Amino acid sequence: MTIDIIYGEHVATGVDAESKDGELWLSAEDLKRISGWEFKPQGFCKGDVCVPVPDARKSEFVAGGRYNLAALANLLGQPVVTDAEHDAWCFGEAATERKRVLTSLDAPDFSLPDLDGKMHSLSEHRGKKVLLVSWASW
Amino acid sequence: MPIAIAFDSGGNAATEPWIKAAKPTYPCLIDRQHIVAELYDMVNVPTAVWIDTLGKIVRPSEPAGVTDAFRKMNHTDFSIPADAMSELQAKRKAYLDAIRDWVANGPASRFALDKTEVLKRMHTPDDAQVRAAANFRLGEYLFEKGHAAAAQKYFEEAKRLRPESWNYKRQAWALEDPMKPGGPEFWAAVDALGDRKYYPGAEDI
Repeated sequence: MTIDIIYGEHVATGVDAESKDGELWLSAEDLKRISGWEFKPQGFCKGDVCVPVPDARKSEFVAGGRYNLAALANLLGQPVVTDAEHDAWCFGEAATERKRVLTSLDAPDFSLPDLDGKMHSLSEHRGKKVLLVSWASW
Repeated sequence: MPIAIAFDSGGNAATEPWIKAAKPTYPCLIDRQHIVAELYDMVNVPTAVWIDTLGKIVRPSEPAGVTDAFRKMNHTDFSIPADAMSELQAKRKAYLDAIRDWVANGPASRFALDKTEVLKRMHTPDDAQVRAAANFRLGEYLFEKGHAAAAQKYFEEAKRLRPESWNYKRQAWALEDPMKPGGPEFWAAVDALGDRKYYPGAEDI
């Protein structure tokens, strides 16, 4: 089936996935592309970080050449919310990761459009003091 | 450099008239998914974060020069009594003066907080609160795809999981009806706060 996956700041639409009972099985390529994680002998790895998978539970995570992103997310403490009617899955950031990043006091980078659709990032302004202010039309 | 972030799932249609009226000389960015709210743990507007030249947070998310004095506003004619107006103006001035002090003095400004104070004031989300964010995100996605009724289901769950977020309440209401964020349901929710603050932490400049 095809699924739309919201992961971090990105949306991947029409992903070829097998989904049942809270499981979401992706190809290695899609796993990497969508989540940044890949499966290695040490476990699931992203950048410098590897998270081991207990041998006894390996089949929950790896089977038939596919990888269960939902199981990985649960292992990492990420919230997962799904809408079965519209085949949409949303993977949020884990509370532990939000805490780790914020308490480092490094201002998290982001990239958002202006009215003309031109993208601007926080990191473009490194070297200046930045006053980041939220507002809303409502 | 000010960077203004609009937490507006209504995108350009919602934000353009305000941005054009402001004629800004700084970036005004459109954050339909409320990503910056997630990254910096913001629950209301206007909320500000101060970031120094090295990219470090020197004031974590806080109400930006606003206070609960607005609660004295008349709900029908939107007038604000003189004493509340004075308080609003004074707090706004104090916040702007603090910013000017920081612009002039950088790290030497007493308003640029040290690491201990930043951490003391900083809030990081718990499991329920990150789950609220994921629900909001899914709701916004469904709304963008034209499934407004389905979207509201996830907005309701976000509101339930994080009741202190005015962003979730008022954004979801705005997508139902532009009058709702400032209507009777809003004022009832504000009144239900009782002695709790709509803008907690606004006292501490």
